[in-house]
Amino acid sequence: MGTTPRLDPALATSPDEDASRQVLGPAERRGDQVFRAVSRGAAQLILLLLAAIALFLVWRAFPAFQANTASFLTTTAWFPDQDPPVFGIAALAFGTVLTAAVAMVLAVPVGYGIALFTVFYADRRVGAAAGFITDLLAAVPSIVFGLWGLAVLQPHLGGLGQWLNTYLGAIPLFRNDSGLYTKSILVAGIVLAIMVLPTVSALSREVFVRVPATHVEAALALGATRWEMVRASVLPFARPGMVSAAMLGLGRALGETIAVALVLSAAFDVSWQLSEPGGNTFAANIALKWNEAGPIGLSALIASGLVLFALTLAVNVTARAILARRARFSGGAA
Amino acid sequence: MANHRTGRLAAIALAGALVATGCGADAGSDPAGAVSTETAQSGTSGRGQLDCATGALTASGSSAQANAIAAWANAYQGACPDATIDYQPNGSGAGVQDFINAQTAFAGSDSALSSAEKAEADARCAAGPAIDLPVVGGAVVAAYRVDGVESLVLTPQLLAGIFADAVTRWNAPEIAAANPGVALPDAPIVHFHRSDSSGTTDNFTKYLSATAADAWTFPGGKDWSAPGGQGAKGSDGVANAVASTPNSIGYLELSYARSAGLRSAAIDNGAGPVEATSASAARTISQAEVVGSGHDLVLSLDYATKAPGAYPLVLVTYEIACERGGDPETAQLTKSFLSYVVSDAGQSVLEEIGYVPVEGALLDKVRAAVDAMSV
Repeated sequence: MGTTPRLDPALATSPDEDASRQVLGPAERRGDQVFRAVSRGAAQLILLLLAAIALFLVWRAFPAFQANTASFLTTTAWFPDQDPPVFGIAALAFGTVLTAAVAMVLAVPVGYGIALFTVFYADRRVGAAAGFITDLLAAVPSIVFGLWGLAVLQPHLGGLGQWLNTYLGAIPLFRNDSGLYTKSILVAGIVLAIMVLPTVSALSREVFVRVPATHVEAALALGATRWEMVRASVLPFARPGMVSAAMLGLGRALGETIAVALVLSAAFDVSWQLSEPGGNTFAANIALKWNEAGPIGLSALIASGLVLFALTLAVNVTARAILARRARFSGGAA
Repeated sequence: MANHRTGRLAAIALAGALVATGCGADAGSDPAGAVSTETAQSGTSGRGQLDCATGALTASGSSAQANAIAAWANAYQGACPDATIDYQPNGSGAGVQDFINAQTAFAGSDSALSSAEKAEADARCAAGPAIDLPVVGGAVVAAYRVDGVESLVLTPQLLAGIFADAVTRWNAPEIAAANPGVALPDAPIVHFHRSDSSGTTDNFTKYLSATAADAWTFPGGKDWSAPGGQGAKGSDGVANAVASTPNSIGYLELSYARSAGLRSAAIDNGAGPVEATSASAARTISQAEVVGSGHDLVLSLDYATKAPGAYPLVLVTYEIACERGGDPETAQLTKSFLSYVVSDAGQSVLEEIGYVPVEGALLDKVRAAVDAMSV
């Protein structure tokens, strides 16, 4: 990607430079200089911002780390303004990862499906309309998703929870001992799934569109069915992009705040039982506790934000690493 | 335009009235006072006239009193067009910090200043101490939805048992004993608490600790600490959760229960059940003991009160201001606004919007404290 083979000598000497500059003759024009400075500045600004955010979080989180009388990593309680302060992120980290995991399990296959349908299966016009409608989901404010999840979705999920408990209750994930099916990680996960769906489907659609027509036509010419064509020529080419789409969706699921704060019961427990009331996430906890927090409470919330920051950073780095590794043997698709 | 001019007139008239009396308790005979009562009449009927001041005032804090302050600011600004009151409901903790950092003229808070905060706030005020003024009361109710149950009586023991998951069914013998003749369903109790940090939770758990210490063994504070139950965000969240869940109960502020059309339990502290109303809650608040010194009116509520007709599960929120000093214009406006807040007119607004007014001897003390504020 991103290479223009016409200008080989110039490219060989300076692969980083924009190829079109060579066509225009003079080595540097003012416009080029300005543009390069601006774009370089923008790129550096991002790094600077990230570093500044990390620094701010560490600096403001420090008093909480000092004041905490319990283990920050393993405690499942949040009483930072109590004397002595006791708080830890175990329940938050667990709930954050579990809700995001539920969301990904539900959203990723559907997102890929939507993208495949719009690009390879649907009539061009129907496909475009379907893609457009999915993208519209991304424009709905998250508080609307939260209120909808609370008022509309949740009352209808009791049946699903009961069904899971009855038929799959042997698996701890689906067991429900409380008889209550509201305010659960399952509800939050489904709301999150709908929220990340447009991210996953829009990004993977972009990748599918870029699959070279020659690959697709070659597969079809060899007598492959649609599905065989997708498997043989689309998926191998698109895989890095699909991973990247899922990771970006995961980033959103991990960080979503108000919808989760509204839906979850915000309990500080570590329970695998998806359909029981409970669960909490980093972002939701910050939203719920920030207003009334005292000095140590604020600092403790920032400390939890620092962990979320590290978690999302790790997710993104992993995604990049996967991308870089895959790119080598899938024809430099990224 | 015309409105603006009458405001000016009122302000000029006021200048005279201000010299004559501190808070204008009996300025009715004073011609200047009479003019200002007439022109600045919107929202002020009853006690005295409004001592308009000019300028802009910023305050922040408790979201629980946001509606009260909005109503007051609206009425005050209507009467005094040259004044602007801006209240940011960013939470008690943040409000107190803003006040300590001298970013605001006063703070609204669900709890009085802690000793550490008091020291910092006193340092900020420099010329005089920072004072806690209890001006907005509230009642916390146990709102329930049990179809077919028109009235419900709960004792502190029962409340603690329900919210601690010790009493789990509506037809439990303990509940039946407190409610003779009421057909209670054979159904599990679903109980809701606040998932966010809240002064309501703080007061509710304080009440349970004070009145049912053996049944309620969890630490108090703004964060719910008992296991079990379900959390919902905000009083409105709890109200919606209770309204949409059969056989459920939750604690929330009276005004939210009313606007959601929920029934709330009468509480029996040992002297017979008392329904939650502004009047019955005001009775408990007015009997609170002042534990602060001087004009710092920190209250200690008597949660275990057995006074007839006194609803015991109440809360008091404070305005925290400097007794003296600061920028003269802002200090003048703060005093003027708080004078309106503690006037009969100001306090009567509270009942209309679901808060609880301060009454009797306590109100006199608060008025004296506001009168003593100076530039």
